[in-house]
Amino acid sequence: MSEKRTSPHRETELLRQMLRIRRFEERCVELYSTEKIRGFMHLYIGEEAVAAGVCHVLTADDAVVSTYREHGHALARGLPMTEIMAEMYGRAAGCSRGRGGSMHIFDASRRFYGGNAVVGGGLPIAVGLALADRCQGRSRVTVCFFGEGAMAEGEFHECLNLASLWRLPVLFACENNRYAMGTALARSQAETDLALRAAAYDVVAWPVDGMDAAAVADAAARATESIRAGAGPHFLELRTYRFRAHSMYDPDRYRTKTEIEEWKHRDPVSSLAERMKAAGDLTDDDVRVMDKEITEEIDRAVAFAERAPLEPVEDLTRFVYSEVTS
Amino acid sequence: MSTRTARPARREDQAAITYREAVRESIREAMHRDERVFLMGEDVGAYGGCFAVSLGLLEEFGPERIRDTPLSESAFVGAGIGAALGGMRPIVEIMTVNFSLLALDQILNNAATLLHMSGGQLNIPLVIRMTTGAGRQLAAQHSHSLEGWYAHIPGLRILAPATLEDARGMLWPALEDPDPVLIFEHGSLYNTSGVLRPGPVGITRSALRRSGRDITLIAYGGTLHKAMKAAEELASGGVEADVIDLRVLRPLDDSLIVESVTRTHRAVIVDEGWRSGSLSAEVSARIVEHAFYELDAPVERVCTAEVPIPYARHLEEAALPQVPAIVAAARRVIAS
Repeated sequence: MSEKRTSPHRETELLRQMLRIRRFEERCVELYSTEKIRGFMHLYIGEEAVAAGVCHVLTADDAVVSTYREHGHALARGLPMTEIMAEMYGRAAGCSRGRGGSMHIFDASRRFYGGNAVVGGGLPIAVGLALADRCQGRSRVTVCFFGEGAMAEGEFHECLNLASLWRLPVLFACENNRYAMGTALARSQAETDLALRAAAYDVVAWPVDGMDAAAVADAAARATESIRAGAGPHFLELRTYRFRAHSMYDPDRYRTKTEIEEWKHRDPVSSLAERMKAAGDLTDDDVRVMDKEITEEIDRAVAFAERAPLEPVEDLTRFVYSEVTS
Repeated sequence: MSTRTARPARREDQAAITYREAVRESIREAMHRDERVFLMGEDVGAYGGCFAVSLGLLEEFGPERIRDTPLSESAFVGAGIGAALGGMRPIVEIMTVNFSLLALDQILNNAATLLHMSGGQLNIPLVIRMTTGAGRQLAAQHSHSLEGWYAHIPGLRILAPATLEDARGMLWPALEDPDPVLIFEHGSLYNTSGVLRPGPVGITRSALRRSGRDITLIAYGGTLHKAMKAAEELASGGVEADVIDLRVLRPLDDSLIVESVTRTHRAVIVDEGWRSGSLSAEVSARIVEHAFYELDAPVERVCTAEVPIPYARHLEEAALPQVPAIVAAARRVIAS
């Protein structure tokens, strides 16, 4: 838990961002059940503190590489909710013009590089983005989100080694939600101290309470400052938990209700709200206003998606190759 | 479409050079022309390149632009993708096509896919070079011809330079291409030499390397020279062959093939890939689709025997398409 409480404004923003993600996904569940949204959909509910905390410390020039559980990262990165929702609807106004869906949200203008649905597959891209910054003398950070399941992939080890070898400005943000789909960490990885494993590649690494947005933001700020100062890649193990199943198809048989309930006591949204109230930085009325504004934003996003046209079928094969004008 | 052409080669290229030197010169020229270009791969620097292609470039350009990588194909190919996204123009070298399978996730799931999956936002101006093919007794993990697999993938441009001109000229237009380009250099070609004919080289069309009226021989990469030898042998028997060098395996340019077969009415396809599901099968299908009624005989294919490439010289030779088999296939097609 972070002890310093110096910026009520920052915490209000963190709370608002987490609540946006929470409410957005709750609406997505409803829309999924009415078949407005199809395909695989992976919910972030429970993990909001990670996206909110990390993205809070980034500048517009920094880059974000994400996974298939990326609604929270995209929202926290500032992608318009309208375009994200339209993408979930498979509409032309979606950020990926309906070609990506829930798992493939992209926004080049906000340096949000998706939306990678092969576990571990985003890490090399993050290393390359950081390499480009190095080659061009830019002081930018590339944040790479991935789950602890990715640490069993070869690409994780190749990329930690390469980024460290070349001292590249990458923040490896490992969201340890304890389960790779249905497989508990201890059942799939011999060493469960994740920061220790990252440190084996001479990368600065430490664990963080990923249920505490302020603690995440503090850690991310420290890490990105150090990266910008030239200290090479950093690794944060963000200890978190998803309250919902892996995807909409997951019957959630591999963990106990007791365990889920225990983690829900540490809900990142309500625990930050309670802490702020106790400090006198937030009232119930503030929460109601915030919730109302967010609901209105979601309503607008849904209305936008409902109205948005479909991409014409004649455009099916566009964007396989770049459209070059001579 | 852009013109995808290279500047004419420089004057000093007039002397006889090897295919290896032609590739090296193309890299050197690209590095001088565009500071965003860099070369990255296993042993491209201090070692000088597994096949000595990049020998001397580290000394000329330094370790920031001639980057030795760890043995991490997936990481450094994916880093090439990321660097391309970040505004660079990377040339990634993979030692052999067999090793490229370790990076197939990045090549297929990211390089070939990101533009479409992002609705046109993320183009990947990346060039990946690798060695392909057999003929050097390197056995079954260094000798395969898998470019046909890559030619299956939408989003990639696949090049197979078979001539000195293409070895020298294809890289620059490939770097100008906003999309990922894979260049397959057949290992048996590096030591071939000749006088380079300077001039621009495109990366969209197949090329007619010899003109004839009786039959069309279609080849690419390491098999082009075998097809040319077969054509010479056929000519001594009075049979004149068109020889088509595919050059661009994807997007496949079938216009010249169809035009040629419409004249000759007969075709033999030579492919160092395995026959089943190969590029030769695709070419054959295109002929059937576009020139079926022009054919006077069934299309024949001369491909690699469907075995992993063996080490022993006589077995390896028996596995690969060879000139006598091409000549024999052509004669059967002529006779039928």
